[in-house]
Parts: sequence; C-alpha cells; structure tokens
Amino acid sequence: MDWSAIFSNTAQGLFSPATMAFALAALGLAMHFGFAGLLNFGIAGFMAIGAYGYAISILTFGFEWWQGILVSLVASVIFSLILGIPTLRLRGDYLAIVTIAAAEILRLLFLTNAFVDVTGSADGLSGYHNSFRAANPFPVGDYGFGPWTYNNNEMWVLVLGLLTLVICVSILLLLINSPWGRVIKGIREDEDAVRALGKNVFAYKMQALIIGGIFGSLGGIVYALPSSVNPGVYVTSLTFFVWTALLLGGAATIFGPVLGAVIFWVLQAFLSNVLPQLVSSGLLPFISSIQASTIRFILVGVGLMLLVIYRPQGILGDKKELTFVK
Amino acid sequence: MILSRSRTGAKYWTQIGLLTTILTLMFGGLFATSASADSVGEDLPYRVQGNVKNEGTALEGVRIVVSGGGYTAETVTDADGKWLIGVPEKAGYSVSLDQSTLPEGIAVIEEGGAEQSVEIGPSGAVTKNFFIGEGERIVVSLFDQIIARIIYGLNFGLMLGLAAVGLSLVFGTTGLSNFAHAEMVTFGAVTAFFLGGVLSLPIWIAIPVAVLISGAMGWGLDSGLWRPLRRRGLGLVQLMIVSIGLSLAVRYIFQFFVGGGTNQLPGFDAPKIKLFGATSLSIIDITSMVLSLVVIFAFAWWLLNTQTGKATRAISDNPDLAAASGIDVDKVIRIVWIVAAGLAGLSGVLWAYFRPGIKWDMGAQILLLIFAAVTLGGLGTAFGALLGALVVGMLVEVSSLVIPSDLKYVGALVVLIVILLVRPQGILGRKERIG
Amino acid sequence: MSSSANTPANPAAKTTGLHIGEIRPGVAKVDPIVTIDGVSRHFGGLTAVDVEHLEIPRGAITALIGPNGAGKTTLFNLLTGFDKPDTGTWSFAGHALAGIPAFKVAQMGQVRTFQLTKALSLLTVLENMKLGAKDQRGEKLLYSLFPFLWKAKEAEIEAKAMELLKRFKLDTKKDDFAASLSGGQRKLLEMARALMTDPVLVMLDEPMAGVNPALTQSLLEHVLGLKKEGMTVLFVEHDMHMVRHIADWVIVMAEGKVVAEGPADQVMKNPAVIDAYLGSHQDDDLGTITGRITLPKKGKK
Repeated sequence: MDWSAIFSNTAQGLFSPATMAFALAALGLAMHFGFAGLLNFGIAGFMAIGAYGYAISILTFGFEWWQGILVSLVASVIFSLILGIPTLRLRGDYLAIVTIAAAEILRLLFLTNAFVDVTGSADGLSGYHNSFRAANPFPVGDYGFGPWTYNNNEMWVLVLGLLTLVICVSILLLLINSPWGRVIKGIREDEDAVRALGKNVFAYKMQALIIGGIFGSLGGIVYALPSSVNPGVYVTSLTFFVWTALLLGGAATIFGPVLGAVIFWVLQAFLSNVLPQLVSSGLLPFISSIQASTIRFILVGVGLMLLVIYRPQGILGDKKELTFVK
Repeated sequence: MILSRSRTGAKYWTQIGLLTTILTLMFGGLFATSASADSVGEDLPYRVQGNVKNEGTALEGVRIVVSGGGYTAETVTDADGKWLIGVPEKAGYSVSLDQSTLPEGIAVIEEGGAEQSVEIGPSGAVTKNFFIGEGERIVVSLFDQIIARIIYGLNFGLMLGLAAVGLSLVFGTTGLSNFAHAEMVTFGAVTAFFLGGVLSLPIWIAIPVAVLISGAMGWGLDSGLWRPLRRRGLGLVQLMIVSIGLSLAVRYIFQFFVGGGTNQLPGFDAPKIKLFGATSLSIIDITSMVLSLVVIFAFAWWLLNTQTGKATRAISDNPDLAAASGIDVDKVIRIVWIVAAGLAGLSGVLWAYFRPGIKWDMGAQILLLIFAAVTLGGLGTAFGALLGALVVGMLVEVSSLVIPSDLKYVGALVVLIVILLVRPQGILGRKERIG
Repeated sequence: MSSSANTPANPAAKTTGLHIGEIRPGVAKVDPIVTIDGVSRHFGGLTAVDVEHLEIPRGAITALIGPNGAGKTTLFNLLTGFDKPDTGTWSFAGHALAGIPAFKVAQMGQVRTFQLTKALSLLTVLENMKLGAKDQRGEKLLYSLFPFLWKAKEAEIEAKAMELLKRFKLDTKKDDFAASLSGGQRKLLEMARALMTDPVLVMLDEPMAGVNPALTQSLLEHVLGLKKEGMTVLFVEHDMHMVRHIADWVIVMAEGKVVAEGPADQVMKNPAVIDAYLGSHQDDDLGTITGRITLPKKGKK
C-alpha cells in the first residue's frame, strides 16, 4: 500500500476543477430544489451547455475566452426559458421528467455525427485554450506546496474557479436572505398560498430556474476550462452525482452544496486510489481491480439512499427544515 | 506559447483525465449511441472490414455504415476499395452499403441486399465483402421501408410496453416514480444470461425461470425496502431519490459481476427471414412479439377480471377510499411489485434479444423511453402506458427513416415534452379537478 | 354543543338595507363589490357552478352556505382566478376579472384563504406574515441583491406584522416554524397574513373548520373587526352559529346554483334552504352540517 500516493491524490480532490464544477452545479440545484422546490433532473444539461457553449464559441466562432463564457451564460438562460415557460405551470414531477429528457436530448445532439464539425461528436472538443491561457496573469512556474502544487495554467483555472465559486455563494447568500428569497421559499412550501398573496409565482420560479441554471453552466465551464469537453461526461449519472453532493451537504443550505461537492470528490479520489491498491496488495481477495473501482459507484448509490432516508436535510441542514415537503 | 506541461502538474491532469475517462467509460449514458474515437475506430478492440470491388475494379468513396448494440460508425472506402471500422464489442453488427454512393449502373446483387449482418469471429475481426455487379439497384420503396419500420417499432414497443405497464402500476398504486425500474429490466436479462449462458440451461427454461426470479426480486424489494419506507412516511420526492440511489447502486453491482462489455443470450443470431417488402424478422423477433402479446393480454385479463386486478385499479383511483372499502392495500401493492418486476424482467430478456446483447446498463438505456411511454399514456393508467409504449416504439423506429439513427431517441423525447405541454394528463389520463 | 357557549353575549349589529327590491336569488345590491354574470364551470359531466347573476354587497359580511358539493369552493376558485370558468363574466370593484391571473386579482385587493390551511410550514410565523406585505421592492430580483434598498421598508413591514400578530395573539410564536402551530393557530395566521396585503375584499374558505372551539370566539371577533375597518368579507362556512351571528347577508348554493339569498334570519326560514340542506343531508349526522364533524366529502369527484 502506497499511502503517501493515496493521501496526496486524495488531497488533490479538495481543490480540483471537478470539485469546483460540482460545487457550482450543486449550488444551482440548491437554488432550484432546496430553495424554490423545483425538481431539476437536468443539471447535466445545464453543465453541458456551459462546456459546449464555451468551447464552440471559441473553436467555431473564434471568440475570446470571456466572450465564450458570456455566450454560454446566454445559452443557459435560453435553455431555462425553453424548459420553464411550458413546464413551470405544471405539477412538480413534470418538471423532473421534462428536465431529464431535455438534458438527454441535448447530450444526444452534442453526440450525433450529424453536427460533427461543430460538436466533435463522440470525440468531444479540445484545443480551445489559447485565448484563456494568453490571459493568464500567473508567470510560468510552479505554485503551491505538497500535493497542491500547480503550474501556472492550472493555477489560473483554480483561481478563476474559486473566484466564480465565491461570487456565486455570495449572490446566493444575498438572494436567499432577501425578501426575494422569502417569496422563493414560500413558493417551495405552497405556491397557491403565495399566489393568493399577490406574487407572480411563475415569474419567481422562472427567475430561480434561470439563476440556478447559470450556476450549473458556470460549473460546466469550470469543468471544461482545464482540459476538454467530452460528451460522455454529461450523462444522467452526472445529474444524480450532483444531487448526491447536494443532499450530502444539505439541499436548503448555501454552504452545504460546496461542502457536499468537496466530500464527494475527496471520497471518490480516496476510493479510486485505495480500492485498486487493496486488491493488488491482496487485502480484497476474489475481485479484480476493475471490479474494485466499480465498488465506489455502488457506494455512491447506497450512500444516496441512506442519506435520503436517514438524513434528508444533509450535513448542514436544520433537522426541522426538511426540504422534502410533498 | 505556454503549452508545456510541468512535471508536478501531471498528477492533476491525470486526475482530471482519469475522472473524465471513468465518467465516459463507466456511465455509458442512458443511450450509448457513441461512435468510435476515430472516424473508423482503429483503436477499438474489434474490427469489421471489407473490400468493395466491381469485377476486380476497386470502388473508392463508397459509404459503409456499421451498427449494432447501440453503436454506429461509418466510413468510406479508400482508393483500393478497402474499408475498416473498429467496433467496441465482440458481438453481432449490421453492415450496410450506401448504394447511392456507388457509380451509376451497378448495385449490390447479393441475396439480402445492401444491409447484411455479421458476427465478429474468434480473431476479433470479420470481413464483409459485398457482391457488386451490373444490375438494377434493389431500391426499397419508401412504403415498404415504412411498413418494415412500423413492424420493428411494434416489436420494440411491445417490449417497452411490458416494462411500462409495470412502472405505471407501481406509480398508480404507490405514487413512486421508480427510476430503479430500469435495473429490474436489466435484472431479467442478466438472470436469463446466468441461467442460459453460464449454467447452460435450455433457453425455454431459462427465460421463464428468470421471469419468476424477477418477480421474486420485486417481492423482495417491496418487503425489504419500499414497504418499510412507506411505513416511515417518506415523501414521494424522497422515495423517488431513494429509487435513483438504488438504480445507481444496482447498476454498478451488475457491472461488478458482468463487467462493462456485452454478452449474448443463446440464439440471438437466428437468421432473418424475409417476409415481405423490406421486412425481415428472425424467429426470435416473431417469438418475442407473440410472447409479448400473449403476456399483455393475460395481464389485461388479470387487471380487468380478477379481484386483485380490480383492487389494483381501485387503489390507483383513490387509495384512501380503497382502504376504507376493506381492500388490503399492502397486499395489493406487494402483488403489484411482483407483477411489475416479472413483466420488467421479461421485457429485459426481450430487450437483450432486440439490442442484441445483455449489458450492465441496458435497462438505463431505455428508462427514459419507458417514462415517455408511461407519461404519454397518462400517468398511472396501465393501458395508457401500453398504448404510449407502442407509440414510442414506432416513433423511434419510423423516425429513423428521416433523422440520423443516432438521434432516433430524440424524436421520442421531444414528443414526450410536447405531450406534457399540450395534454399533461396523457392520452388516456383524466383531467384532474383543481381546488 | 360547545359553540353555543361561545356565542357572543351581544351579537354585533347587522348591516341592513343591502339589497334593492324584492329579495330573490340574484337580487341587485345597493353597492355591489363583486358582480357575477352567467359563470359556469363543468368537470366532465358534472356542473360544479352555474350562477346566472349574483352580487356581493360592499362593506358587509356575506356568508356563502350550502351542502357539500354545492360549488362554493369552486366559485371561490373562479372568483380569485385559481380556476377558469367555461362561460361567464365577473367583476371586482368595477374591474372585469375574466382572464386575470390569480396573483393580479390578489394585488387588486381581493385576497383569499383556503379550506385546507396553507401555512407555509418551513417559514417562521413572522416570515409568513412578511410574505403578505405589498410594495416591498426587495422582492424584485435585482433590488434584492442590495439590502440598503429594502432594509427600511423591511423594518416597516416587520412593525406592521408584529402589530397584527399581537392582535391575533401569535406574537410570542413569531420565530417558530408555522408547521409547529395548531390547526386553529394556522387559520389565524393565514387570516393575519391575508390582512398584510391591505385587502378590500377578504374571502375566507371555511375559517371555522377544524378550529378548536376555544378559538372560535376570537375568530368571530376578528372577522367582525374586518368589517369595522371597512373591509368586505365573503366566507364559506358550514357552522350555522357563525353564519347566524356575524353574517349580514347569506347566499345559499345547491348543485352549483344560487337557490336563495337574504339576511341571515330570513334565509334560514326559507323552504328552499331547508330543502337544499335536508334534501342531501337527511341521512347525515347533524354534526356534519354544523361543520363539527368531518365526513368524507361527497360529490367531489
């Protein structure tokens, strides 16, 4: 057992772009589900819009990196409108079905050979980094210490990702503690009651959908910033993993989604390192190392079940403030 | 300018790369319609290849499409008339030659036409050379194609219907949107594979036993998980997320045992028999359709005529009233779970023949189509779900005449969304009274 | 029954002279606040509401009574924009309301409560109250991000909310989740929350249902208080004591139609009313008619 490698790889899970991407997407879901009560099962679609919007704007239209981000966010708003205008008037579980289907439609459209010139089909997209890296304020060199040592490009991704996360958390804090947040939480509890008090429930739900969607798309962008866009990532399982991270931290909290994402990825990094090593050192007999790496996904599923049954409010949630009202 | 990667950074990139690879490889997605990494997929483990020649003259630029097991890839022949397409699994594939890319006046003159089935041989490769010569192209009329597609769609739809009625019954009686229904589908196929493929039982024994074991699984899930959770008073959203967790866990348990590849059930490669027009079905296809129809009629009779069937419908209609009228709701729900799981298991076996092959995430590949069928028919109405499944099945097959085949599920999903918008209660559902 | 013990010793003075001409269903009012013409609503084959003409008098307390399934709640839903009628027009304070969404109806000053109380369980009592407030621009997305733009108004709202909570004796519970209140307290909270919107017309759907008899008295007084403050009240109720004691005008519905209306004491003697009640209730325990016992609802398919 190479404990130092295991430890070092696990420690990196703390600050990886994947962690920050998950945290952002989970924040978006917290806005949707935790505060507004919207059952969005298509967060992977919002993330895909972020990633593809960014990469396609740069590769196909020759935009600068920051223009690519703007394009992504506009696309995300349009996606929210397309999803929301028809479904937000319907019962909550319809939104769940529509969002999960819409995210799959998006993924299939990004995957099909029909648009291979733009989307790269199954290969995905890569090589869109020049503009972003040219804007890197960090001189060439290594930064950080121990397991958290990064080169200048990685540093640039991390700093930008962290900055985005801080901004999004602050916005959510302000929103949720404002009268706007009060209306949103009221809608989560009973939208008819809020409607009877003269609030335009549809408009509020739409605003919540758009803001959460933007957070999700920012997550997708941060995920795409360092490496490449791969259609195999934006599957329904990704949505469920983000949900797991959200529920782990606490759906109706602001720091919960961030904490949940960090725990999720640290655990994943730890298990993906420790399980194969347990096999190779003979501590897990009768199974192959491929089987060993499957175990952690079984654990995610089991963990999600236990969490929802025994601690639905998550780690940071208030016991009384269960978010699962019918 | 800054393109060099530092040594220390490698770990970090490896991690991202690893995660991306794992996400890509392991979560093959709900619809694994991925093409290969290369346009001809030379890095994939197995190969389908051939040579297109007309009386010794190599034909360049002829389009070849290989598809099967949810995988599609295409290429064109090179100057020597050669082509090669890598495929991910040791399985059966269909190879088709696009006759519109052949020079004028020549056509595929082989029995069976320009679309042929091949099976990867022991060497990991298979060669398919089309016989080409002067002659009329065997042009299939649009009408014949539509008829053929409708029949394939019927087959697919009946199979979906078996799964959809179960999902709909469970939803109707318990209110649960069960995402783990997909895994009950896979469970049937995996069990049949274990019995027929591993234990080498005759398939006509293996399948009924697999269905029975699936039903037992349904009983186990209800008494071991869902009933205790109902007793705990979990909300419907909570239950739905529990089912998502269960779905993930069970899916990876399947992967743990059967691996990431595809395995075949006995008899999957039965030859196709040309029936009429462009329609050709294997004996398996025909058996599958007949079997689905018989089971569905038996199910309908059960639902309409037996005491339990009537009680099931009463509970779907109004659970409180049903309980007050002396119906043992828990018992009926238990039976519903057994029936739903059995039907899902059978559906899984048929899906394994339709795809063809059993795979750890095969149920998840069609889960949204099953949901679409249930929603289309009207949430909670069993016959609606069946009708919805037939519509979805045919839509998927017929729409692939006009849209690329790797987008054929998109049509069904778009229809799902549109239906929810214009008629949220579904085809057979009732309008709910507000207030 | 316990409700008789809660009957006010000196019933409040009734407002009289509300109608013009002979009393009959659909009679014109001196000063109507709501006017309904030809409103009908069908559910499948069932006609839930079919009202030819109806006027609700301004500044008075009007009771809407009738057996279960008479269409009272459906009429409430139609008037407040929560449901759309198949035919008909209706207006509130001179504004035609057909096609106006529920939230706009509420903004015009026509606020309602629900038969099944809709306290927002996971919000505190005070938050519930503040939600009712009007003109808080912090409820707009862009303003909400800048607390200095709405803090002052928020303090104002909180003061008003506390005053109302005191009046409804809920001030000690202000930081509790609404979920922790009793059924009667939730009814009070819902009514108090409705008052936060400064309504012109308050529509109460079964304010007494499920309320502990100890609270009935204060509820009655609160409703009378609304009239004193110049508001119009329309309520649906099964509790005949409440109807008799506080309603200035009573409208009786049966099978979707208005079968009788008039001052409370006269309506109660009307043979059509007795028939409407006994016709569908002769097999029922009297308790259901007074709203003290809840039986499974009939005729609500």
